[in-house]
Amino acid sequence: MTRPGSQTKVNRRRFMQDTVRTLSGVCLLGLGLSLYARKAKSLPATTLRPPGVANEADFLAACIRCGLCVRDCPYNTLKLSALDDQVATGTPYFEARGVPCEMCEDIPCVKACPTDALDKNLSNIDDARMGLAVIVDQEACLNYQGLRCDVCYRVCPRIEKAISLNVQRNPRSGKHALFIPVVHSDHCTGCGKCEYACVLDKAAIKVLPIELAKGQLGQHYRLGWEEKRKAGESLVTPDEKHEYNLPKGLKYEHEGQGLMEDSR
Amino acid sequence: MAVNASIMPGKSAIAEKGWLIAHKWLLLRRISQLAILFVFVSGPWLGVWIAKGNLNSSLTLDVLPLTDPYLLLQSLIAGHHLTSTALLGAALVLLFYMVVGGRVFCSWVCPINIVTDIASYLRQRMNIKSGAHFNRKTRYWLLLMTLTVAAATSSIAWELVNPVSLVHRGIIFGSALTILIVAVLFVFDFLISRHGWCGHLCPVGAFYSLLTKYSIVRVSAIRRDQCDDCLDCYKACPEEQVINPALKGAAQGHGPVIMDMNCTNCGRCIDVCAKSVFTFSTRFNNAMLIDMNNKKEVAP
Repeated sequence: MTRPGSQTKVNRRRFMQDTVRTLSGVCLLGLGLSLYARKAKSLPATTLRPPGVANEADFLAACIRCGLCVRDCPYNTLKLSALDDQVATGTPYFEARGVPCEMCEDIPCVKACPTDALDKNLSNIDDARMGLAVIVDQEACLNYQGLRCDVCYRVCPRIEKAISLNVQRNPRSGKHALFIPVVHSDHCTGCGKCEYACVLDKAAIKVLPIELAKGQLGQHYRLGWEEKRKAGESLVTPDEKHEYNLPKGLKYEHEGQGLMEDSR
Repeated sequence: MAVNASIMPGKSAIAEKGWLIAHKWLLLRRISQLAILFVFVSGPWLGVWIAKGNLNSSLTLDVLPLTDPYLLLQSLIAGHHLTSTALLGAALVLLFYMVVGGRVFCSWVCPINIVTDIASYLRQRMNIKSGAHFNRKTRYWLLLMTLTVAAATSSIAWELVNPVSLVHRGIIFGSALTILIVAVLFVFDFLISRHGWCGHLCPVGAFYSLLTKYSIVRVSAIRRDQCDDCLDCYKACPEEQVINPALKGAAQGHGPVIMDMNCTNCGRCIDVCAKSVFTFSTRFNNAMLIDMNNKKEVAP
């Protein structure tokens, strides 16, 4: 026989055991989920978010994983991440080398978003910053070899603005030009057309996440010529006359041709 | 049939009312669940777009936005300030479930319910008793955990692993791994724990149960004086703890309406009761009718 008191004690012990067991299980799960969620924040560098995503951390708090943007993408560019994808499950992404963004003028994906995870303030697709194109392999890029490929430049929806060709002397032949593709971050939307179109087996130009692609000058750093332009005059005392110690037969024109042969 | 009549509920109800009436609400629920799944898959599968998106957030016929308020809450806690369509969608969903009962989501909408219902049917039929037991309150701890993790990681972390939306999204958007998740949930409820996922662990259901607290549509044991103690309703109910106060609580002053917030309004108790004790009613019909002459409660 058990007295009422001892019965209560056993029940209390069972209750405590039950609670502790449940709570420790839940805490373990929570810890696991937290660590997994932190890992899931690292978006693979080859995957891009739709237009209107300012940064990945805010996006993962805002995206409700409904796939409406994917549904309204007319070019099937956007994909919804499945459980076995490297991208956070249920979120939209695209790969430039797969299907690049066609930069629709009405931006249907942003319109479809019910939570502003894709920023509704984005009204001009040219203002989108999905990533930044970078010539990641100068050794492989045909234009760097002096060939006239130019494909990334030609397919760029913002040709001349986002990608321009910088003409340089070809030191290999000595008489030809190099047409070096240069990406300008203030115009590149990261649509991925250049990476998609790159004729190489593996693209020499790749669209990377902006944080990865972009360098930043120290806050204190000033470029002398910029300051000079802003001020309208040189901020240091201009040289009276440039004097150079050059090999025989060469001269240097400071405001003109630079280093040149002295024909005299 | 070699099945022990005492294991499977509903035998006497079928004999009394006929098979169709004894499965009325079960069939209606299956139709509802499959119809909701159909309006989502008809677009990608047949090109007929009725509802776009998934249960997390959807747009029906290009006019009706619906959003899961539980997800919106996680998003809010994760630090996203909402200014958009999702708020309207979540308000509509909240309003709907506050009328019909929050866990109507579980029994009438959620596709997982079909899987776990089949699992527990087989478990009951094969009389499997072994396995793990969880406290029914575990789901509220898990709900709290998902919200805490959302705050701690500033992301809707639960959605990375939530089997409910993984399966629904997987079916609609096509992911082979969906089969694996369905299989895991099936085995869990079949071999490991009776009503394990939906009845003890699922934080989505736990969230929706909170809406049931004040909801209107309820099951009522309106003719509880007719109860012949066959226990079929307890055997059929996925949340059997909710029945007792309403069915057997007359002496303690409980009204006949099932007021527990975990009643899913599945109506299975109505189906399996040969004595037609249960019916759908509202929370406002919970008064006890007492026959003053005989000092006994009477059915209206």
